[in-house]
Amino acid sequence: MIAILKYNAGNIASVKNALFRLGAESLVTDDPEEIRFADKVIFPGVGSAGPAMAYLKERKLDVLIKGLKQPVLGVCLGMQLMCKYSEEGNTDCLGIFDNQVREFSGAGLIPHMGWNEVHSLSGELFKGVPPRSDLYFVHSYFADLGIHTTAVCDYIQPFSAALHKDNFFASQFHPEKSSAIGRRLLENFLEQ
Amino acid sequence: MLKKRIIPCLDIKDGRTVKGINFVGLRDAGDPVELAKRYANEGADELVFLDITATIEKRRTLLDLVSRVAREIDIPFTVGGGVNTLEAAGELISAGADKIAVNSAAVKRPELVREIAAAFGRQCLVLAIDAKKLGDAWKVFVKGGREDTGLLAMDWAQQAVDLGAGELLLTSMNSDGMQDGFALDIVGEISRAVNVPVIASGGAGRQEDFMQLFKRTNATAGLAASVFHFDRIKIGALKMYLKEQGIWMR
Repeated sequence: MIAILKYNAGNIASVKNALFRLGAESLVTDDPEEIRFADKVIFPGVGSAGPAMAYLKERKLDVLIKGLKQPVLGVCLGMQLMCKYSEEGNTDCLGIFDNQVREFSGAGLIPHMGWNEVHSLSGELFKGVPPRSDLYFVHSYFADLGIHTTAVCDYIQPFSAALHKDNFFASQFHPEKSSAIGRRLLENFLEQ
Repeated sequence: MLKKRIIPCLDIKDGRTVKGINFVGLRDAGDPVELAKRYANEGADELVFLDITATIEKRRTLLDLVSRVAREIDIPFTVGGGVNTLEAAGELISAGADKIAVNSAAVKRPELVREIAAAFGRQCLVLAIDAKKLGDAWKVFVKGGREDTGLLAMDWAQQAVDLGAGELLLTSMNSDGMQDGFALDIVGEISRAVNVPVIASGGAGRQEDFMQLFKRTNATAGLAASVFHFDRIKIGALKMYLKEQGIWMR
């Protein structure tokens, strides 16, 4: 059973639907026991960092997530919350990854919205994925590059499109909305 | 490099695709889900569903359709048509829509843009503008193009972005259905003036029209309905052509 962490508003149905298409059973939940005993956990996210962290802390899910031993995948805001700090609402995040999350600024449309190429791929999530692949992004904040970066995307500046450390995986793009390549990435996660 | 997007639009009435379709090989040509799947397989980058009935009684039908689309499709999609409250937007998002398009209701009550953006993030809010050129001025029309609001399209676009719109869907009513090219003047002006993505709509008739759109304006996406429904332009071939023209395509 895969637990999809429920918090905040947003389109969580997409992740559940994507798993369903892959034949994987999932459960949308914020129940600590269900999360703790799930085979895998997906931490999706649309919304903003401040209220999302507040929600997690209120339910002590922040401590729980950091302590998980099974494979965990953070998506979009989920990935940003797994970083150390976000400029969005000046928020201290989970700190699973050392990366800082900053706001895009400079020449370019914001949000960064649409299909963009990821490159410099490494790690198990990208097994079988072509070295330059287009994936779907929609975000206004980004995680900077660091030692846990496993995919890079260039928009206004290079940033972390994916991160990996131990049992924690994260993607800024939306695999559940990224057609065939997104499907492959989710399959790779399910095989962990 | 961020790619330009090709977006087929499906007009929906009572849960069915409205405009005539001459595809071969679809089990049910009038079923929006079948059509959406076909477009996604052909390489569409996103989809837009506009409900043209959108009465309260029919909302259930629309929500059911959105749930079905969300189960079947693995590219992003926007739903619009008659969305006039935060609650209505929330229902569509819960059903699986990635973005919500608002039009008339936002002109009537601009705070709606701010409310939806605050609740779901600005990336969820597509502000649809139906613009018509009267003399030298591009004016905003509502109620399916029947009512002149007196607003200038440029002013409303900028105001909507300030209120929190994450994307603009700009339709030229003069061009819509004419198949003689996008309205490059107003699309150019607005896409240069705002710092959010602009989807241009209305006027696509040939592959060259998309090329002109992407070469001569800052629009990040081109939307069309009938040229795709009637198979006048194949999405795969269009994207290949645009790539050859040096435009970044997925």
